[in-house]
Amino acid sequence: MSGGWFTTKLNYVIGWGRKFSLFHYPFITACCGMEYMSTACAHWDFDRFGCGLTTFSPRQADLIMVVGTISQKEAPVLKTIYEQMCEPKWVLAVGACTVSGGIYDNYAVVQGIDNIIPVDVYVPGCPPRPETFLDAIVKLQEKIQNQEQEFRWKRRK
Amino acid sequence: MEKKKITEILKEKFPEKIKEISSRFGDETVAIERDFLRGLCVFLMKEPYAYSMLLDLTCVDYMGDDLRFEMVYHLFSISSNERVRIKVRLSDKDLNIQSLTPLWKNANWLEREVYDMFGVRFEGHPYLVRLFMYDGFEGHPLRKDYPLRKRQPIIPMRKKE
Repeated sequence: MSGGWFTTKLNYVIGWGRKFSLFHYPFITACCGMEYMSTACAHWDFDRFGCGLTTFSPRQADLIMVVGTISQKEAPVLKTIYEQMCEPKWVLAVGACTVSGGIYDNYAVVQGIDNIIPVDVYVPGCPPRPETFLDAIVKLQEKIQNQEQEFRWKRRK
Repeated sequence: MEKKKITEILKEKFPEKIKEISSRFGDETVAIERDFLRGLCVFLMKEPYAYSMLLDLTCVDYMGDDLRFEMVYHLFSISSNERVRIKVRLSDKDLNIQSLTPLWKNANWLEREVYDMFGVRFEGHPYLVRLFMYDGFEGHPLRKDYPLRKRQPIIPMRKKE
C-alpha cells in the first residue's frame, strides 16, 4: 500500500478496529445452520474472535453469513438484504450449496451465491465443521486488516 | 375364513372399470380408467371400507409410452388400518383428470404441486395455479424432457470478476 506514515498507520488502526467488531447477520436457510449455531454458542464460540454480536437487521450488520441453499425464488431476497447493509460490508459463503450449488444441480437452486452478490470468504464442506467456520473468520479478519480501508472523510485520488 | 382383499372386492364389483389389480409386497394396487376416479374414491370413502384419508397424490412420467403420465393415489383406512393405491394412466395429448379437492381438502395443494411439476390439469379444482415455482417460470421441471441444466433466474446473474 502506498501512502505516508500517518496514512498507513491510520489504515492499520481502522482495520484493527473493524476486524474485531464484526456485527454479523445470519442468513440461514438450511442444515448448515446447525453448524452456525454450534459455532456461535459456547462450545466453539466465535465471540472469542470478536464476532459475537448477532444483529437481526441487515442495516446494523457488517458481515452477512449466507448459510445454506439459496433457491432461485430466494435470490431477490438475498440481493435486497445485501443492498440494505451499510458499507463497509463483507460476505461469508458457508457450505457447499452456497458456494457452488452443491449437490443441487437443478432448476431450483442458484449455482453459487457469487452469481448474485460478491463473496469475500468461501467456506467449503457439507456441512463445514465449526473449526472450518472459525478458520474462515480468522481468514476474513486477515483480509479486513490488510485491505485498504474506506471511510467517509477519506481523501480520494 | 380369510378376509377378502379390497382389490378383489373392487374387481368383482366393477369388472369393466378396473383394468388391473396387483398386490406386490402387500401393496394393494388397482389400475383404473380415467373417468372412474371420482366414483371409485366416493365408493372407497364410505362404510364399510372407510378409506377416509388421502395420504398422497403424485404423478410419474414414463416418457416414451403411449399413455405417458401415471397418476398415483394412496388411500388409508383408519378403521381397518389398511392402504390402497390407485393408478390412472394419462395421455400426453389429453392431460387432464378429475380433481379430488371436493372429497379431500388436502388434495388442493397436492394437485397444485402436480400441476406445477408435470402440467396435469385437474377438472373441478378451485384454484389451479403453480405452487412451488414462481410466476413466469416456463415448462414443468419434473418432466423427463425438461433440460437438466436449464435455469430460469428471476434476477439477472452478475458477472464474476
